[in-house]
Amino acid sequence: MKLTNSIFLVLFVLVLPVGHLLGWISVNTISVWGRYFCFAIAALGIDLIWGYTGIMSMCQAFFFCLGGYAIGMHLLLTATALQGHALPDFMTWNSFTALPAFWVPFRGAVPAILLALIVPGLVALLIGFFIFRSRIKGVYMAIITQALALAMYLLFLRNETRLGGTNGLTDFRTWFGFDLSSSSTKLALYFVSLGMLIVLYLLCRKLVQSKFGKILQAIRDSEFRVGYTAYRVLNYKLTVFVIAAVVCALAGMLYVPQTGIITPGRMDVTASVEMLMWVALGGRGRLRGAIIGALLVNCLYSLCTSWLPQGWLFVLGGLYVLTVLYFDRGFLGLFEQARKRLAGARKTAATPPVVLKN
Amino acid sequence: MLLEVKQLTVSFGGVKALDLEHFRLAGKELRVVIGPNGAGKSTFMDILCGRTKPATGEILFKGHNLRGRSEVEIAELGIGRKFQKPSVFPSLTVAENMLLAARMKKDVWSSLFFRPSAAFTEKIGAMAERVGLSTVLHKPAGSLSHGQKQWLEIAIVILQDPTLLLIDEPAAGLSDRETEKTGELLLELSREHAIIVIEHDMHFVRQIARGLVSVLVNGKLLMEDRFEVVRNDQRVIDCYLGRANAQLEKL
Repeated sequence: MKLTNSIFLVLFVLVLPVGHLLGWISVNTISVWGRYFCFAIAALGIDLIWGYTGIMSMCQAFFFCLGGYAIGMHLLLTATALQGHALPDFMTWNSFTALPAFWVPFRGAVPAILLALIVPGLVALLIGFFIFRSRIKGVYMAIITQALALAMYLLFLRNETRLGGTNGLTDFRTWFGFDLSSSSTKLALYFVSLGMLIVLYLLCRKLVQSKFGKILQAIRDSEFRVGYTAYRVLNYKLTVFVIAAVVCALAGMLYVPQTGIITPGRMDVTASVEMLMWVALGGRGRLRGAIIGALLVNCLYSLCTSWLPQGWLFVLGGLYVLTVLYFDRGFLGLFEQARKRLAGARKTAATPPVVLKN
Repeated sequence: MLLEVKQLTVSFGGVKALDLEHFRLAGKELRVVIGPNGAGKSTFMDILCGRTKPATGEILFKGHNLRGRSEVEIAELGIGRKFQKPSVFPSLTVAENMLLAARMKKDVWSSLFFRPSAAFTEKIGAMAERVGLSTVLHKPAGSLSHGQKQWLEIAIVILQDPTLLLIDEPAAGLSDRETEKTGELLLELSREHAIIVIEHDMHFVRQIARGLVSVLVNGKLLMEDRFEVVRNDQRVIDCYLGRANAQLEKL
């Protein structure tokens, strides 16, 4: 396991940034990987709720977008102020006369960051309370959260929501005063995302190794037994649902300055399904699996879209079928199996053949 | 009186699964409940631990009425349940299974910051020793044999330190040797806890029934007496023989 850690760190802390500074790797590639780290953070959140607790939440992309929109509102307001306009462009086009009241707190960077985490947390608390209190589980949980994701997507599409409608929020200029188009800012965002990913990985690892984490796994294994062991399952499910939502929101918050745009397209039904796929393909119930899955699938996505633009969904679907059929523990399970087999082969080669004595 | 049940009924789809006029448990007593399949034994336990809601009746445990309470509240009051099908947490290790069960504060906050003390680890070790699981302490519970799972679940229930243990068919699927050990364990536990055991295996019942045996038939309490009396009772023999169970005859 030390090996994967070292490969990860050497590749992303050393090779990519140094390669960029030497001019071998374009700033675009750096920025793309910065975004993948955000996806990997979101995957950690999904692994907590789905992989460890067994709750299939299909609205994690919505929480991702809540974080994204919150920071997007802040970035747009600062850009508008820089241009000397009173209102963001889309509001002017939609003939708004004043800034909607709920936009006002997002003028400040600190309130915007706090709201980007608090709002998704509260939304998750509210939704989760009603879902878990009604003891909705399994496929019903998946359907309800998916319906919720769809409803929210439709809501955000509308101009009346005053969040930019179909076009979403874009035209950002600066991030904490740094020019978003400069390559040094992009490199900084890359490192912030990478740092956050590492910090969150360590935090999540601490969480799943704690007694709390063991209870989550117990809920996944045998929920009714947890109840008869005197744990209030509702509180545990709510807590992990809120944590997962906040983790996804944090990912969205880091993602938006790097892409420069957030639209409702990021939270449609397929977006949440794709996020689940990262975790399923990487190795569900393992934090490393979630990270590997998010990074590899997205890497593959960008390769595929340039090689065979029509074929991506077939590749993804095919991979998923293969995973379910042959390596249900995901890429991570596959690596481990391969390594074990290699080690086994080395061992058998090293041990001398047994001589049968008569 | 630790447990007092009055006029308890429950129906499933119009069929009265249980119609218990009276059931009492004094204190540190090991009560065996026997009866043919479908007599309502497991249903009775389901009601006691909050899994099934009764239609009518009253259940007083330590003076508290259990009706309308959730399974968590009932567990907190001191009733622990071992299910018929061993239900442990397969992906957690044996030690982790025991850790979750042990009596302590069980809210989210305490679980987040729980650190096992040396005394606690020792307690888990001692319990593993007692149920013969110390060699597999760090193996996932899913990899245990059927008998080991049965014992692990018994350990889970004991570690909750309940006043009343509900044990549903502890000897099912165990070898003779294991069954005997389970019996010894239950007898030992009955010195400090009240226990209700459901069992079909009459050899096992004979081993553990030191006090009263309750016979349930068609949801009703047929009789309650010492095992010697029960096994010679014509009505009991009839209802077992009627179901082609020759076990009582052989004894």
